[in-house]
Amino acid sequence: MARIDLDLAHAYGPNPKQDSDYALLPLKMSFADGGAYALLGPSGCGKTTMLNIMSGLLMPSTGSVRFDDRDVTRLSPQERNIAQVFQFPVIYDTMSVADNLAFPLRNRKMPEDQVRKRVGEIAEMLELSGQLDRRAADLAADAKQKISLGRGLVRPDVSAVLFDEPLTVIDPHLKWQLRRKLKQIHHELKLTLIYVTHDQVEALTFADQVMVMTRGRAVQVGSADALFERPQHTFVGHFIGSPGMNFLPARVQGRTLEVAGRVLPLSSELALSEGEYKLGIRPEYVALASADTPGALPATATQVLDIGTHALLTAQCGEWALKARLNPEATLPRLGETVWLQVLGTHACFYQNEELVP
Amino acid sequence: MSAIKPVNQKAWWLVLPVVVCVAFSAVLPLMTVVNYSLQDIISPERRVFVGTEWFSAVMRDEELHGALLRQLGFSLAVLAVEIPLGIMLALSMPARGWQASAVLVVVALSLLIPWNVVGTIWQIFGRADIGLLGATLQKMGFDYSYTGNATHAWITVLTMDVWHWTPLVALLCYAGLRSIPDAYYQAARIDGASKFAVFRYIQLPKMRGVLMIAVLLRFMDSFMIYTEPFVLTGGGPGNATTFLSEYLTQKAVGQFDVGPAAAFSLIYFLIILLFCFILYNWMQRVGAAKQEGIEHE
Repeated sequence: MARIDLDLAHAYGPNPKQDSDYALLPLKMSFADGGAYALLGPSGCGKTTMLNIMSGLLMPSTGSVRFDDRDVTRLSPQERNIAQVFQFPVIYDTMSVADNLAFPLRNRKMPEDQVRKRVGEIAEMLELSGQLDRRAADLAADAKQKISLGRGLVRPDVSAVLFDEPLTVIDPHLKWQLRRKLKQIHHELKLTLIYVTHDQVEALTFADQVMVMTRGRAVQVGSADALFERPQHTFVGHFIGSPGMNFLPARVQGRTLEVAGRVLPLSSELALSEGEYKLGIRPEYVALASADTPGALPATATQVLDIGTHALLTAQCGEWALKARLNPEATLPRLGETVWLQVLGTHACFYQNEELVP
Repeated sequence: MSAIKPVNQKAWWLVLPVVVCVAFSAVLPLMTVVNYSLQDIISPERRVFVGTEWFSAVMRDEELHGALLRQLGFSLAVLAVEIPLGIMLALSMPARGWQASAVLVVVALSLLIPWNVVGTIWQIFGRADIGLLGATLQKMGFDYSYTGNATHAWITVLTMDVWHWTPLVALLCYAGLRSIPDAYYQAARIDGASKFAVFRYIQLPKMRGVLMIAVLLRFMDSFMIYTEPFVLTGGGPGNATTFLSEYLTQKAVGQFDVGPAAAFSLIYFLIILLFCFILYNWMQRVGAAKQEGIEHE
């Protein structure tokens, strides 16, 4: 177990010139010992690259990887003593389930009685005990992936366990179960777990700290709450939440604030200098208001969807669409009706150059 | 009341050309062989029906037993050398880049040479007076002669087959190796597997299908080998390199013992058919396993 510090950049091609040549833009990041982290971002944002650099499958083109202040940049995965689980199940076809689980331990010359004990424990945790003697190749995809997970978790002394979208092939209902299992294992074994995913629910429920990435850049690291309430970057607002944050153009001029073409009074709590902004507001915090309420905008309701737990209203405010999550018990607006939507308040965030203005 | 379906059998006429072609090129010649195997043809005008006599005679033929044993020994030696060598070649070939293409072309080169040319190349290559191999060995003090020494002849024929056909095994294995996803190698590195463990537990199991095909192809092909040893040694010295096809030709065309030769042809044909059957079933089963694998992913 170790604290992991990254201070690096990576490009797959030689001589990167512009930002788009980099798979990972220069970044600094620290993963505390025993923490549960998630790297969250869309496909191709560099999260797997980052994972492979941490595990030692890939060497960063510049910078260093340190485990507990020891420079491991040039060390192999084996020397780093790290475990990694891949997106698709990797099993050794000719071996039994037990031999598969024991493989990393036997390669490290662990005494056989300890190997058996450890394999027993891990199989117990992953509910594979009944299948230990079966040929791994004969099992279904989710059982195979459990074996892969087991091989990642079986070594008790690893620096960290890295997961690269390990639940992609698993059925949705088993996903919940396995994720809970992983959390439980995290509590029991106190391992550093780093989990790559493009699924926000998976990331937010699994990890204490979520790192959101886009286009080779880590845009925010924080708890689920922080990512939801105060997205540091418009991408985070847009990517986290379902649906994502609403964005409206805003301009501060003197003591007035113009939002979506409508001039609103600028509240004294907002310390914004003059200039162009983007106003971000979560659909959860957009509320119906009575006409001419301060901080509310008029809009035309274009779609109302009742999703059971809430109603989703889409309204057109000038040329911008606004989404709002409403209580389905309340009187819902009819299509084409003009509604007033509260957008300014404690939950409103302002962005300049896509970054949050504090 | 049921509607009467119009019956039209005219489509059978469309099959007729194929039936005629196949009958002319395969069925009739084969039946001729069957015909010969059951008769003693004394002269073009006189023939005697002998039943299964030729078959029992062939079964008791010592020379033929010798040829069959030599043949089996040769085919097994071919497998024992070509399969491991092909795997080693495939493992050491570059995986990507222009080097991969260049190596593939060079490796495949010997497969493009016609059989009798291969025989001729080796005949000259091995000659003690002017051949590069033969003369070099002579200079080094070996009294090498594939025409005079039975062991030398046997080794030369084997080496020639290895030279000619190992690339096929290598190419098949290479294709098998390339189909292994990178994640397996990455996982093995994470698990701390040694190079041998990677070979034993990842590469070899994943190559199982293509290896099986390679084994059966090489076995069948070497079992029918004719042209190369015919050109190189003519079956000699003595009958050291007289394999089944060679022996059969000597009997049928050389001595004009058409009856026994026809009987043996049929037995030979059945042996080959048996291997074809095994090969076909193997390929089917490997294919089925592949399908299943894809569905799981």
